[in-house]
Amino acid sequence: MSAGMTSEEPSFKREMLAALPSLRAFAMSLIGRHDRADDLVQDTIMKAWAKQDHFEMGTNMKAWLFTILRNELYSQMRKRGREVQDSDGYFTESLAQHPAQYGSLDLQDFKRALETLPPDQREAIILVGASGFSYEEAAEICGCALGTIKSRVNRARQRLQDILQVTGENEYGPDAISAPITSRAFIS
Amino acid sequence: MTDDHGARHQIARSARTDNPNAQIATKLRALYLSVQEEAIPDRFLDLLEKLDAVERQSMPDIAE
Repeated sequence: MSAGMTSEEPSFKREMLAALPSLRAFAMSLIGRHDRADDLVQDTIMKAWAKQDHFEMGTNMKAWLFTILRNELYSQMRKRGREVQDSDGYFTESLAQHPAQYGSLDLQDFKRALETLPPDQREAIILVGASGFSYEEAAEICGCALGTIKSRVNRARQRLQDILQVTGENEYGPDAISAPITSRAFIS
Repeated sequence: MTDDHGARHQIARSARTDNPNAQIATKLRALYLSVQEEAIPDRFLDLLEKLDAVERQSMPDIAE
């Protein structure tokens, strides 16, 4: 796109603004901390703005931004040699941020479970299950084959199921499975 | 146990056993939406305004 920069400019900005809430949510799900997630979003905005000539208006702005954010995250990780998220901050911050949110205990458990996933599985299930991308779009964003994305999503689901089953039993107290063991303990 | 603790348990249990994937999908979306529904922080609105202003004044020359 070469001609008409002045007329394209405002709508580029508008489309970018429209995609920002979801972009932040994506960054937050990957990193788990508001401050670092927002730093990454800011870097992404700068990168995207500098590359706006490469963006074709009318194509998927959200997918384009997600790709930039993801590339930026992994390139920063390579440079700094650190993990996607620091586990301590992940959970501690979220407890402080949304103490009164409905179902927050439940969500905290889920968030912690999500955190235990390998990064490639986590991003796959987020893109498909929360960001609203198709498997094809997710594969393109992650730069991998369609089959790879599908298998990552499946493995992520399986693992979350396993984890949540365990934590669910703990959270809700004695139930049909654990109650007999509990009563036996009292008898002896 | 007929209080809402028991009811909650029952709901969680049936969601878990009937369709664990649906429960995971619901929670994943809830978590995502909790961030997506926040207002866009001012820092991003300011940043976009600045980028826009710079570009209007000069030729786009902010690529690294």
